[in-house]
Amino acid sequence: MSISRRGFLSGLGATALACGSTEAGQHTEHSTFPIPDGRMGLLHDSTYCVGCRACEVACNRVNELPPPDQPIGDLSVFDRERRTTDTALTVVNRYRVDDVDVFRKHQCMHCNEPSCASVCLVRALVKSPEGPVLYDPDVCVGCRYCMMTCPYYALAYEYESPNPRVVRCTMCYPRIVEGQVPGCAEACPMGAITYGRRSDLLHQARERIAEHPGRYVEHVFGEHEFGGTSWLLLAGTSPSRLGLASLENASHTPLPELTKSFLSVVPLVLTLWPGLLLGFYAMTKRREEVSEAEARARVVEALLSADEETKTKLAAAAARSEKDKEKAIAQAVKKALEEQAAKGGAS
Amino acid sequence: MSATTTIAKRWVTPFNVFAAVVFAVGLPLVYLRWFHGLGSVTNLSHDVPWGFWIGFDVMAGVALAAGGYVMATAVHLFGMKEYEPVVRPAILTGFLGYVLVIIGVGFDLGRPWNAPHMLLQPGLASILFLVGLHVGLYCTTQFVEISPALFEWLGWKRWRKIAVSITVGATIFGVILSTLHQSALGAMLLITPTKLHPLWYSPFIGLFFFVSSVAAGLAMVTFEGMLSHRYMGHRVGIDHERLDRITLGLAKASAITLGAYFAIKMVGVAHGNTWRYLGTGMGVWFLVEVVGFVLVPCVLFAVAHRERRPRLARFAAFVTVVGIVVNRLNVSVIAFNWQVRPEHGYFPAWSELWISVLLVTTGIIIYRWIVGRMPILDNHPDWGSIH
Repeated sequence: MSISRRGFLSGLGATALACGSTEAGQHTEHSTFPIPDGRMGLLHDSTYCVGCRACEVACNRVNELPPPDQPIGDLSVFDRERRTTDTALTVVNRYRVDDVDVFRKHQCMHCNEPSCASVCLVRALVKSPEGPVLYDPDVCVGCRYCMMTCPYYALAYEYESPNPRVVRCTMCYPRIVEGQVPGCAEACPMGAITYGRRSDLLHQARERIAEHPGRYVEHVFGEHEFGGTSWLLLAGTSPSRLGLASLENASHTPLPELTKSFLSVVPLVLTLWPGLLLGFYAMTKRREEVSEAEARARVVEALLSADEETKTKLAAAAARSEKDKEKAIAQAVKKALEEQAAKGGAS
Repeated sequence: MSATTTIAKRWVTPFNVFAAVVFAVGLPLVYLRWFHGLGSVTNLSHDVPWGFWIGFDVMAGVALAAGGYVMATAVHLFGMKEYEPVVRPAILTGFLGYVLVIIGVGFDLGRPWNAPHMLLQPGLASILFLVGLHVGLYCTTQFVEISPALFEWLGWKRWRKIAVSITVGATIFGVILSTLHQSALGAMLLITPTKLHPLWYSPFIGLFFFVSSVAAGLAMVTFEGMLSHRYMGHRVGIDHERLDRITLGLAKASAITLGAYFAIKMVGVAHGNTWRYLGTGMGVWFLVEVVGFVLVPCVLFAVAHRERRPRLARFAAFVTVVGIVVNRLNVSVIAFNWQVRPEHGYFPAWSELWISVLLVTTGIIIYRWIVGRMPILDNHPDWGSIH
């Protein structure tokens, strides 16, 4: 128990430290994951996207996956909304908005405060200083809690493998650490995907909105959603009409924050319960002892009172027997005298 | 000739035939799961990563195994000695329940052989880490709690003395662990506000899980007492009259617990201001859960206690057990992903259900084996009671 308590206290301590360090910096909103400057990001401007799916092809190529199931040019691919899978780390979907086709690219958003990383019990998922959320299959136990928490439904799993991995966009981490641009951004012929420092991209997005007010809604999706994401989205319509309905009015609070009130109760239970329960036990014990003592006292009293009674009875019996004796003696004397008299009379 | 027929008669019982079928079909499914991946036996998907195994084997399993800590607290800490005859069966059921939960988790984990990393580089911000650690520790604690029965059976006096001497300590440790992991199982969903239906999502979900686990534990003890009496009657150390008295006492506790649980569930709806969802399809299903499976058995327990009707109490216990399973499945599977389109929905595969049945059957066989040998339902003639 001491191990778990110490473990949790140190865990909470680390969280508190993280809080302190970010409060000292300029990002007061965030707390679990410290945010270094210069974190990278990608901006998808859906108003430029024509749904050519060149990004999907490039993605599969750089990640050494087989080419997309449905080839480029097969427009039936847009008949139903697709999601990312273990062989498609990014997908482009078409949404019909006011009789206009709008395309939105979907993939792991690389949250600033990733819920997947915060719930991982072996820290197989971590937020890198460069921006991407990284995954280590060699420690992953495969509980899929990360997939449960992801509000973007962006994580996929190798259900057909006996040694399965979580599969998702890596933001081309191996490429960006070498100074290269992510595969999808490089491949996009429309310039709809921009790679750069997240802070610069946000700036750029706001400029675009200011310059073309009719073209965009005033919302950079990913700027604040659950503490913000590395991938940002610009669109001419509300993201809730682009397959993100469940995230309409998404909170700005990072998801990991939601578990903190519970985690803070843990040390309280660990410290309060033993005392409380021992107290109950002591009360029970005392109650038992008291009732036992009372019972014993009653027995002693009963014995004592029984004693008294016997004594009086004995005394009474003794007195009675004394009287009987005297009576018997008197009677015997009387009888003897009478016999004597009778004898004397006869002689 | 006649000897073999007697043996055949003894072995060919309806339960054994059932178990044989379960194993004959189940073992090949186990092979498929381990050598061809989760997809070969389950209907899990990228959208639905947790299905029946997590909802039933783990979430409901842990709640239904709560009888151990509930009864141990009542008898060893609160001194309610009239319930002593049901403590050992409750702890045994709890212990076996947790063993099955761990095996069930093992089936669901993609790479269970990486589990030691949980201790090497723990994710301390994860509520699942808390659950994992505490379930492991609690399973060990319950083994210690039930070990006097094992040592009495083996005749190891010294070990038995040591095990009995730490009863109170083990009980307290068990209650702490149970408080935390029972509630933590619910609190795991605190991080999914957009995915769990608003009627089930609540900042109090940890409290809901804890309080309902007490009700689940009490109901399981009642239910199990009846089953043991019916099927293991020759081993049971107490008569029907005494069991009925215990059942009626548990009924009172169950009525109070379920009443409190119903009240906090309503506080949850009021706090989240989710009344408007009650008129929807999911809202009706929510009402079925909290009225049909919480309020109704609460009233039944109260009536059973007042009118001294143990059979009614056992029926109410059955309804409560079903209700707990419904609740845990709702939270982790049915009301989860409620906004995902139906074509991406989930219904368990028959093979998924079969493996769960296989686990439960294994648990019953082990329970029968232990109860048939060790002093669980009765006291050992050489030892008497712990008190």
